[in-house]
Amino acid sequence: MVTTDKPAYKVIGTRPIRPDGIDKVTGRAVYGADIRLPGMLSGQVKRSPHAHAIIKRINTEKALAFPGVRAVITAADFGAGDVAGLPDTSKNVLAGDKVLYRGHAIAAVAATTELIARQACDLIEVEYELLEPALDVREAMLPNAPILHPNMRTKTPTGPGEQPSNVVAHAAVAFGDVDKGFAESDVIVEREFKTKMVHQGYIEPQSSTAMWNEDGQLTVWSCTQGSFPARQAISAMLGHPVSKIKVVPTEIGGGFGGKIAVYLEPLAAMLSKQAGRPVQMTMDRVDVFEGTGPTPGTSIRAKLGATKDGKFRAMYADMAYENGAFAGSAANYATMCITAAYDIENVKFDAFDVVVNKPRTQDYRAPSSPAAAFAMEQLVDEMAEKLGMDVEALRMLNTCKEGTRGPMGMPHKAPGHEECVRQAMNSEHYKSPLEGPNRGRGTASGFWFNVGLRSSVSVTVQPDGTVSLIGGNTDIGGTRASLAMQLAETLGVPFEDVKPTVVDTDSVGYNDVTAGSRVTFASGMAVHEAGKNVIKEMTARLAPTWQVPAEEIEFADGSFKSKDGSKTGTFRDIAQAVVGRGVGLTASGSVNAGFLQGGGFAHAIVDVEVDPETGKVTILRYTAVQDAGTAIHPAYVEGQMQGGAVQGIGWALNEEYYYDDEGRMANSSYLDYRIPTTLDVPMIDTIIVEVPNPLHPFGVRGVGEPGIVPPLAAIANAVAHATGVRQTQLPMNPRRILETTSGQ
Amino acid sequence: MSKRIVSATINGEVNQFLVEPYDTLLEGLRNELGLIGSKEGCGNGNCGACNVIMNGELVNSCCVLGVEADGATITTIEGVAEGDSLHPLQRSFLKEAALQCGICTPGFIVAAKALLDAEPDADEARVRHWLAGNLCRCTGYDKIITAVLKAGDEMRQPAGSRQG
Repeated sequence: MVTTDKPAYKVIGTRPIRPDGIDKVTGRAVYGADIRLPGMLSGQVKRSPHAHAIIKRINTEKALAFPGVRAVITAADFGAGDVAGLPDTSKNVLAGDKVLYRGHAIAAVAATTELIARQACDLIEVEYELLEPALDVREAMLPNAPILHPNMRTKTPTGPGEQPSNVVAHAAVAFGDVDKGFAESDVIVEREFKTKMVHQGYIEPQSSTAMWNEDGQLTVWSCTQGSFPARQAISAMLGHPVSKIKVVPTEIGGGFGGKIAVYLEPLAAMLSKQAGRPVQMTMDRVDVFEGTGPTPGTSIRAKLGATKDGKFRAMYADMAYENGAFAGSAANYATMCITAAYDIENVKFDAFDVVVNKPRTQDYRAPSSPAAAFAMEQLVDEMAEKLGMDVEALRMLNTCKEGTRGPMGMPHKAPGHEECVRQAMNSEHYKSPLEGPNRGRGTASGFWFNVGLRSSVSVTVQPDGTVSLIGGNTDIGGTRASLAMQLAETLGVPFEDVKPTVVDTDSVGYNDVTAGSRVTFASGMAVHEAGKNVIKEMTARLAPTWQVPAEEIEFADGSFKSKDGSKTGTFRDIAQAVVGRGVGLTASGSVNAGFLQGGGFAHAIVDVEVDPETGKVTILRYTAVQDAGTAIHPAYVEGQMQGGAVQGIGWALNEEYYYDDEGRMANSSYLDYRIPTTLDVPMIDTIIVEVPNPLHPFGVRGVGEPGIVPPLAAIANAVAHATGVRQTQLPMNPRRILETTSGQ
Repeated sequence: MSKRIVSATINGEVNQFLVEPYDTLLEGLRNELGLIGSKEGCGNGNCGACNVIMNGELVNSCCVLGVEADGATITTIEGVAEGDSLHPLQRSFLKEAALQCGICTPGFIVAAKALLDAEPDADEARVRHWLAGNLCRCTGYDKIITAVLKAGDEMRQPAGSRQG
């Protein structure tokens, strides 16, 4: 680990065992599908077998009459027309008059057993009028393409388009004068890159359980990334007030952005309302692939210009992102991320969000950025080749620094990119030569924001002087630990004295999603504030006991002390004195940390070997470098880096939504989609860089997402160096490698 | 069709439970016995989240029918710890931060136990080969492999010198 100047923390930077660990190694932890309620029914979803069709008629009579069936619902049960504020969500949860992708939900059934519910789904009769699907992002943009939404008009900088279009929006972003920049460039590299739709691949399928009481009180258990946003979506779809809805977040078996949107929650709630019994709905793996939101495939045409001494002068990119069936905004993020690592005066981007007849896409770890980096970082690598420069030296020459125009157009504050590249260049990996035939080394950089948003926690001081930390963010990868550590540091108590709990939406203030690398960052700010409020309240209570004015009591290093030094006590002693024998003490902390805040850089060095006979790419060695700001729990920071790297390896080498011409996914199982296994990857070495984040009291940067950004390009660069052939399309599976390298 | 009675020794105790002839062992464990530690990630043997040890063999319990378990001896994740003492693998997974979301963890621990019970000196290549049937999407496997290797180190030590 590489550390710049850092305060002497006592808890932050240590590696304690996570508080929820024992439940998770003994099988006791309760995940979505583990909820068991008396009289619980099984809910199943009827899905579209077609990619694009008008629903002429739905007949549920036979299903309703089937023995054991307790309720059957369609979009008609949610009221006609769009749900205010969530039109696309409601149409995605249940198709109304049109199905827009294979797997699109049409109806749902609750029955006494899963088998009966599945059989009843088969008895629902749907009459379709088939339409031609739009499946390729560039073809879907053409004027003669099949139109998904007849009312959709492209949002452009000059107002809405006139004709129906699958282009949701055209974002045009420019700084400086890109034409002048290219004119001043001695070397220009330009290519078109394509990536395929890929899935987050979380191991736990979506599951939701709902119980609608006769008095209208609704409880929903869900393995969601955001219990509060889920509550709002359920409320909007059912026309039911949030005050009567309690969402209980279960443990969550992975998400990576894919469990932000609601799918089953509103259906389970409506089925429970109609059946008068609790209803559990759990997807199978095919449902997960076909019925939830993967991340967009892309087509990016990019061009980079530099002077002969290596200074980047201009960058242009035309970026088209597949949003799937409904509008999204991935391409817009891409314009912010693609050059975030560099200081380039003249840039211009045309970014297109495009609907196609595939599942509505959702966020996946640093949404939009990996595909953008796949283009950018290959151009950087190629530029270095053309200039005859070391690529890392070229990055150092052009790196963003304090004050460089940042991703949002505002100046970068303490960006860690330069330090990441420096540490990569100083690493044993980079300094070791790679030898042997068919081998190559590649590097790449990447950026993603910290999403701030709203967080709220409360802290209760217990009579024995320990504290409870109540939060509302589901713990997807160790955030009970990372938040408890920040509270322990704030209060100057041992980690073991903080007991963190994740609670339901009735029991804590509003919390936005567990996503966007935001929990340790933004909820950590709320924890810090709550801790300060605890100290303030304890000080106020201590004053009369000590007979010292509150303003003359200081708190530092875990101890209260009167200014004259005559009285002193540890947090635990004082807590026992002012709470143990008095009234309870609870303090809260709530923050709104803004939307896209600061962010973090990652970097990767990867060595590959390409088998010239089979085309198989083997990852020989991988070093992940990332700026964590301040690493709260370094082991879990490493874990995020390693996990992101391996997801990126899968994306680069093998994963894709493989469609036939009619829009049917042909590989909707783990066997055929094939995420990386233990045999596909080596150990992933990590270098944690710490350039403290000025936006956070402990300098934290969220670390969940940047690690997936570099690997796509780093591996492509490595393959290019091993084979002499640039890889502009993902996945770089054996077939593609053989096709592109044959005759070399 | 009518339900069948299955009698099996599960985590050291004789249990009887009812299954439909088409129910999987995983469904029997989870729905009839409340042993929810075994997870369903795929339902077709691709992910290993439902791993249990049946008659000494590691199996995907989603690919075994409940009725096939009649008379069997089965260890699930709930039976890996001994009393209030965690198994070395469980301690090692905690110490090495070898889990993030934790959904695949029961399957990995059961699978690794099946390996180390038979081959406590398994090396990295062997551990990677053995665990290739268990999918994890969070960790990138690095810390899982490390945790299993370190648990193997501990299990190879004489009983008296083990750390509690």
